[in-house]
Amino acid sequence: MNTIDNRGTQEFMKGIWKENPIFVSVLGMCPALAVTNTAMNSLAMGLATTFVLLCSSILVSSLRKMIPKPVRITAYIIIIATFVTVVDFLLAAYTPTIHKELGAFIALIVVNCLILGRQESFASKNTVGLAIKDALGMSLGFTFAMLCIGIPREILGSGSLFDFALFGENFEPWVVMILPPGGFFMLGFLLLIFNWYAERKKRRANELIVENE
Amino acid sequence: MSEDQNITPEIAEEKEPSSLKLIAALGIAGLLSGIILVGTYIYTLPMIEKNKAEAMKSAIFKVLPGCDSYETFKLENEKLIQKVEDESKKREDNNDELLIYAGYDNNKELIGFAIPGSEPGFQDIIVTIFGYDPNAKVIIGFEVLESKETPGLGDKIFKDADFQTNFKELVVDPEIILVKNGKKENAYEVDGISGATISSKAVVGLLNNTMTVWRMAIDDYMSDK
Repeated sequence: MNTIDNRGTQEFMKGIWKENPIFVSVLGMCPALAVTNTAMNSLAMGLATTFVLLCSSILVSSLRKMIPKPVRITAYIIIIATFVTVVDFLLAAYTPTIHKELGAFIALIVVNCLILGRQESFASKNTVGLAIKDALGMSLGFTFAMLCIGIPREILGSGSLFDFALFGENFEPWVVMILPPGGFFMLGFLLLIFNWYAERKKRRANELIVENE
Repeated sequence: MSEDQNITPEIAEEKEPSSLKLIAALGIAGLLSGIILVGTYIYTLPMIEKNKAEAMKSAIFKVLPGCDSYETFKLENEKLIQKVEDESKKREDNNDELLIYAGYDNNKELIGFAIPGSEPGFQDIIVTIFGYDPNAKVIIGFEVLESKETPGLGDKIFKDADFQTNFKELVVDPEIILVKNGKKENAYEVDGISGATISSKAVVGLLNNTMTVWRMAIDDYMSDK
């Protein structure tokens, strides 16, 4: 019992840090660069992706023995596209402003590699319980990474956070940060930090082994 | 990676299924997905239409300051004809027909017309609505409904307060002219946005083109009254 619990926690935690979809696997770059110009857009995109990933993982995992192998990718795409369209309608109905801001990028959740990747490599081979934990971990990691890019971009590029002005009139916004190049700058900078940290950790571990010998 | 160890043997040993089975599986998936989508569409449609109508209504009130109620008019044979809202015919409405909205204050006095207009901008079509006072022949308000202009530059057409002040009392006759930022001297000139020349040009072009469409009809309507 204990080992199963551990396994579940592990599957949940790996998406947040060790296998973070954006910073480690470098998946889902299209939304990570395109809609992270404000913190609100990043959060909304993260939550929309969470909904789609969670629902698709549950469905794919519970139908995993019924979907014939040769057509599995097609079946996953049908499932994902259905949920994406549902999200599209729901956002237009309940939060028209966010729907307007995200525009075409909601429909593009269908082609987010993160979602299809989780179906193929995890949900289709594991029980529903594990698939839920995996999906939640991965989407939390994705939302976290989106915010990591979106918050600094909004602060530097518009001088505000979640639309609240942070600085006085004299602040000159760093406009490039909310333009597409700003997305690349921020992502590159964060990837640099992440890889430097991982590299340092690896070197420390190696040094420890050497010392022990 | 950890998940590679989890390949269940039954998937690996499975025999090639028949084509019929494949077609059936995808057919069922498509059918179910269709049912879910139609259900969501029917459920959300009234809300989405309400949002759109409310966005239009609040835009009309915004571009016509002091507006209390409005009536819809359409353009037919160069004349303004009042359009009666008929719920039963609403679905068959022709989306291409040109509409404007006449706004009245609480004494039922005409304030002006809210005129929708669109024009290609830098990225995509800019959809706007502006308020026009037919007595003074000036534009009294301007609101962007849809735009994908560049954040930080082109989106100043609706985010920049200085640009918005251009449309407090903008003379439309004979033509609106775009000038460089800070050079506005005459009532028919619009102060452009530095760094967003194309977006500024699009807005001025939009106002001129839309006025050309409506000018005659509105003048006729006003002299008839």
